[in-house]
Amino acid sequence: MTMNPAVNSTMNSTLPEETAEATTGPALESSRWSLSQILDRSSPLIAGIIFLLAWEWLIKFYNVSKFVLPPPSLIISTLISERADLLTGLQYTAAVTISAFVAAVVSGIFFGVLLTQNRRIENTFWPYAVMMQVTPVVAIAPLVIIWVGLDRVWLAMLLLAWMVAFFPMLSNTAIGMKSADHGLRNVFELYGASRWKRFRYLQLPSALPFILAGARISSGLSVIGAVVAEFVAGSGGSRGLAFMIVESGTMLNIPRMFAALVMLSAFGLSIWYVTSAVQTLLLRRWHESELKQEN
Amino acid sequence: MLQNLDRATTSDGEQVVRRKPLVRMQNVDKIYSNGTVALKNLNLDVYPQEFISLLGPSGCGKSTALRIFSGLGAYSGGSMDWPQSMYDVSGKPEREVGFVFQEATLMPWATVFDNVFLPLRLKDKSKAQMTERVNEALALVGLSGFAKAYPRELSGGMKMRVSIARALVTQPKLLLMDEPFAALDEITRTRLSNDVLDIWARAKCTVMFVTHSIFESVYLSQRIVVMAARPGRIIGELKIDAPYPRDKEFRLSSEYSAYCRAVSDMLDLAMRS
Ligand SMILES: Nc1ncnc2c1ncn2[C@@H]1O[C@H](COP(=O)(O)OP(=O)(O)O)[C@@H](O)[C@H]1O
Ligand SMILES: [Mg+2]
Repeated sequence: MTMNPAVNSTMNSTLPEETAEATTGPALESSRWSLSQILDRSSPLIAGIIFLLAWEWLIKFYNVSKFVLPPPSLIISTLISERADLLTGLQYTAAVTISAFVAAVVSGIFFGVLLTQNRRIENTFWPYAVMMQVTPVVAIAPLVIIWVGLDRVWLAMLLLAWMVAFFPMLSNTAIGMKSADHGLRNVFELYGASRWKRFRYLQLPSALPFILAGARISSGLSVIGAVVAEFVAGSGGSRGLAFMIVESGTMLNIPRMFAALVMLSAFGLSIWYVTSAVQTLLLRRWHESELKQEN
Repeated sequence: MLQNLDRATTSDGEQVVRRKPLVRMQNVDKIYSNGTVALKNLNLDVYPQEFISLLGPSGCGKSTALRIFSGLGAYSGGSMDWPQSMYDVSGKPEREVGFVFQEATLMPWATVFDNVFLPLRLKDKSKAQMTERVNEALALVGLSGFAKAYPRELSGGMKMRVSIARALVTQPKLLLMDEPFAALDEITRTRLSNDVLDIWARAKCTVMFVTHSIFESVYLSQRIVVMAARPGRIIGELKIDAPYPRDKEFRLSSEYSAYCRAVSDMLDLAMRS
């Protein structure tokens, strides 16, 4: 390349080569991938159907009692006949789960950010956060129910589910806040960034992938937390899916038990998919975890 | 104090004698908290619109020196003056510096435009008013069409250009570059060297370029400051008198090889002593 006073023209002429690979690469690959992508998407469904058919057939073949293991067809018909009860249960459990999840996300981010503002604060409160995490929630549940739940069962359950879901949000936010690239921190320091701007434009975006990963874990845990809370609260006022499972068990209504279980799994799965979708949406333009490998 | 600086004479000859330096380092030492003497008794005057290279083996304190110039690192002894800059009430100079690090250090979550806008954003400038400025900086590095791209969509060389645009967007008087092309391939590096010379000519700033490549330093600079390690110190200076614009002709000239040999001899001498 020769020196040229008209800088723009010299440099622009060099650029198309550099970008050519970036634009032609994906276009070539996309058509080739479509079939295998369809297979990727549908394979869990196909596997599920085969599994259910095998289940149905084996129960017929060995003549298993419906009190031990009901066939899928019976579970499905129970799902339909008991839909009113099941939907009320789902509503109840979902309300606890989602409230606990939102509370965990908000409080986890808040305290995670707070904790990392100052080393002393972190050293002081971290052990207690860990203590909360390692103490099994089942062990504290009866106490929480006695303290807050005797006439406010709902609040007690929210609290228990929150306790389970909180820690991953807290620890992931705290780690994320500290994960900012060292070179970028230098850039921010060089231009005398205020503490707020450093937080807003460096630490928060750096922490985002960690926060979202934490949210995925928390979403699953808040379902578990809600179920455990319902188990412990028992007939004390809970009308959720988990209580239906316990109730059906004592009445030996196994198909109803399975129907409630199916609802619960479906609910857990949908929460998982929603949080995954949010993660993909927020990270797809830049984060490694969401980038498609194109070699 | 300022009058003293006016009369300063350097080995550089008359041309610069009458000009005030942009920065003056006098007897600067840097000792890290672990006891490493990274710099010992550094004296260096940097003049406006110079292209100056710091050349030396790895570990001789080049990065340390650059960080001190930028204000990112403190020095342990000696003094540093910015005769042409304003000082604030607390006695801190208003350094107008840009820094290009060895890695591009871009924000992966932000577009090229937002990455280049960052220094202005941190100085509380509004995006609407500064769009022009950012686009100028992008044009200067030849990336006009890439404002909306994300860093991961760019090649290594292009990322480095974005990093240079970010350093230039505040229109600094002093552009510090710490081995900016070390991670790039030979071809990209040659191309970017030429572009840096173009940018330097157009932006009319001082460039302080850290490198461990003799060839790079001779090709680019007006003045080469040669350093040696343990302790980090300056062992000599060499003026490269070849006119700009420099091109392939210069790279292949006997003048160029003679300069390279001279610098290399200087480095050898330092290693032996
Ligand atoms: N943060 C630090 N703490 C302690 N020692 C350091 C630090 N940074 C650099 N050093 C030491 O100071 C010396 C000079 O380092 P540096 O300025 O990075 O050299 P160069 O950029 O020329 O390779 C080296 O011996 C290095 O190990
Ligand atoms: Mg270095």
